[in-house]
Amino acid sequence: MLFKYLTAKNEDIPPGTATIYFGFSSILWFIIGTGLGSFNAAKLAFPDFVTGTELFAFGHMRQVHVLAVILGWISMAFAMTMMYMTPALGNTRLWSEKLGVWTAFLWNVGLSLGLFLLWLGFTSGREYSDLIWPIDLVVVFGVLLPLGINVWMTIAQRKTQGIYITNWFFGACIFMVIIVFLVGNSAELFNLTGLTEGYLTFWFAHNVLGLWITPVAAAIAYYTIPKLSGNPLYSHRIGHLHFWAIIAFYSTPASHHLLSAPLPEWLKSFASVEGVLILIPAVAFVANILLTIKGRWSMFVENIETKFSITGVLLAIPLNMQGGFQQTRAINWYVHGTGWIVAHAHLALLGMSSFLEIAAVYFGLQQMLKRKLYSLALANFHYWFVIIGFCIYWISMTIAGLIQGGGKIYEVPYIDVVIAEHPYMIARWIGGTMVFTGNVVWLYNMYMTAREGTVVPKGRYAHELAYER
Amino acid sequence: MFGLSMSITLFFPSFDFISAESTWVGLDKALSNGRTMGWSFEDPLVRGDGKPLTVILDKDPKTGETIDPPVRAYVYKPGTPLASPINHPNNLGPTVKSLGFSKGKIDQASKEAGAVFTISYADVNGEEWAYPELASVTRGWTVEATLATAGDENTRYVGKGKQVYTTEQCWWCHTLLPEHTQDWQVFGWPPYQGDMNGEMPTAFGSDRKAPDLLHVASRNSSREWMMMHFFNPRLVQPNSIMPRFDYLWGKVDVNGNPIDYAKWRKEYEAYRKGEVAYPPEVPEYARDSEIRALIDWILTSLK
Ligand code: HEC
Ligand code: HEM
Repeated sequence: MLFKYLTAKNEDIPPGTATIYFGFSSILWFIIGTGLGSFNAAKLAFPDFVTGTELFAFGHMRQVHVLAVILGWISMAFAMTMMYMTPALGNTRLWSEKLGVWTAFLWNVGLSLGLFLLWLGFTSGREYSDLIWPIDLVVVFGVLLPLGINVWMTIAQRKTQGIYITNWFFGACIFMVIIVFLVGNSAELFNLTGLTEGYLTFWFAHNVLGLWITPVAAAIAYYTIPKLSGNPLYSHRIGHLHFWAIIAFYSTPASHHLLSAPLPEWLKSFASVEGVLILIPAVAFVANILLTIKGRWSMFVENIETKFSITGVLLAIPLNMQGGFQQTRAINWYVHGTGWIVAHAHLALLGMSSFLEIAAVYFGLQQMLKRKLYSLALANFHYWFVIIGFCIYWISMTIAGLIQGGGKIYEVPYIDVVIAEHPYMIARWIGGTMVFTGNVVWLYNMYMTAREGTVVPKGRYAHELAYER
Repeated sequence: MFGLSMSITLFFPSFDFISAESTWVGLDKALSNGRTMGWSFEDPLVRGDGKPLTVILDKDPKTGETIDPPVRAYVYKPGTPLASPINHPNNLGPTVKSLGFSKGKIDQASKEAGAVFTISYADVNGEEWAYPELASVTRGWTVEATLATAGDENTRYVGKGKQVYTTEQCWWCHTLLPEHTQDWQVFGWPPYQGDMNGEMPTAFGSDRKAPDLLHVASRNSSREWMMMHFFNPRLVQPNSIMPRFDYLWGKVDVNGNPIDYAKWRKEYEAYRKGEVAYPPEVPEYARDSEIRALIDWILTSLK
């Protein structure tokens, strides 16, 4: 069905095709990713759950989960939102719908291949940049660069005077993530070794989160919240503060991930200070959004997209409080390398970031399909399963992490820590499985929306009709 | 702004990295690991091909004289890509590099001809420095003679073992980086700056669900224990959440007999339920199996 557009002329492809293609791909990857996550969680709770083959060994599966959610779900959801927000904010059409469709196609093929190889054990051995370098090159030149060209050209041919903050973020973040990919993987390309390699690994890991996953998610909120609530953005200037503070402060603290490694001490201290300064963009963002929604808080209850969006923004508060302080030496020695960090990672990705993207995917798909959501009840089911599942995950892993930290400091024999963590591992697995279940329902809901959702009349927004029959 | 942060976080630290002098540990890792780990042209199937062998020599392969205490030599058969600091001697740090050139003759190493390295010591301004030495030139140790002198029992598949660690991705649970806090009392000393020159990947690990392994062989050097623990960790540690790595044994045991995994699991199940008193025997691994390489690496490198 959508494949026919790969060979169609650009003019013949209806606007929104790339958005729809990306949207459904991202939901599918979300299901795959969370399914793998739940499988991994089961393995950590019950190590003999599936055993006897290397393919289902924890070591082979863990990073497939992480990259499936980061490069499959989150990044594709980003691409999806870029495909419809960028033109909408420039009052124009997407520069090339065909390029968008091709990007989505290549992305799915390249990522499937990369993850399949990773699953078999073809890894570079470097956390987060685990994909082997030929696949990294496919990601950069087959996926990110075409996406960037499309977004940059769409911004260039906009029919509005200024560039709205969302598009600032989109354009800049794609540029930066390309640089981050190239520099981060240069260790593999040029056989850089030792501390340089170790440092570049975490330089990549830090920057891919800080210059891609969190800022683009924030940019999405800058679009969805004003759009849904009808209130103008509280302050474009605070948005700019957010933007430049991200670039200045978020691109530097990479070495706070390696406080125990023999990196130069000045670098670690510098990183810790910069890391606390990340609170500046964080506070700017949260304040800006919460002041924008002022007066329309009823939508937090009534409107499903707002519900997801605002939940994501609210989760950004604990996220940044944790993030800013856990990376100082005073706290890091306790929580480093424990389940606390896993809880934090999921707060960032599954909590803050994913919730913002879920909202944007709901909104964009209805908008581009020109159909109203098939079932609000199922959407609410989705919301509650994801938020409750996430909270179980987050709380259980935070507790497990504190136990582990205590065990580390008081030199408890390691096996006793493993035993003490066991109940929380089971809780995490239950929470994760709830998230997975919610997502399966979501896909069904969106599929039915595409097929049977009520057609939205021209000039109206789907969410305005949410309670009409 | 982006450029500024790039120079602070990438350009400035590179001066620190380039001045890091390789220690004995760093040289040992680099020479025993070979050029790189993970997927590469020399090892397209990530099986640990194209890696050097580490041998423990108690006799000089040329003269037959006793060497006491025994030394390590790193054997690169013809065609095996040389270790990263041999290709890029700047990775050794300035002093070690000049010693490696002047005394160690490492600039004469060639991939095509094969090479045997060892680590020697020299005195510089009253301090002892370890440096790499191309023993095939300085001492006339040929690849064949060195391997023959060591024999299989003194040959360690360290490079291949590190590749197994990489393929199996053990660092999702273990770390190779004791922390600066109390950690060192249990897991040993954190690494020095020059301890990983030439290592790729360093595989520090960030997410610890299991003991740090950097010095595990100093705590536990029993091959027997390792064997049972990898075949099924619950044999020696009933509460462990470590996965079973029985598949690293491959198809056959040391005598070439096929390993019957299904039978083993059934007998183990009976033991777990308390129906029999003893667990089944863990098969003896084949000499070229992946598990042998992995245990070789742990017991040789992680001291
Ligand atoms: C799911 C997490 C997990 C994975 C993956 C894992 N381990 Fe473990 N490992 C553990 C736990 C937990 C322990 C501590 C309990 C025990 O002794 O089994 C442990 C213990 C060990 C020990 C003994 C440590 C000591 O202090 O005595 C060694 C050696 C070891 N693992 C090696 C490995 C290697 C090599 C791999 C990869 C092939 C690996 N492990 C993969 C969880 C894991
Ligand atoms: C069904 C829900 C999920 C479950 C059950 C789950 C489970 C897991 C598990 C078991 C791990 C390994 C943790 C460890 O090694 O201790 C993990 C790691 C990770 N997951 Fe998830 N996950 C889920 C959803 C997600 C989502 C939606 C994202 C991102 C969008 C995500 C991102 C990550 C990241 C970044 C890590 C690495 C954490 C670290 O390095 O500390 N996960 N997940």
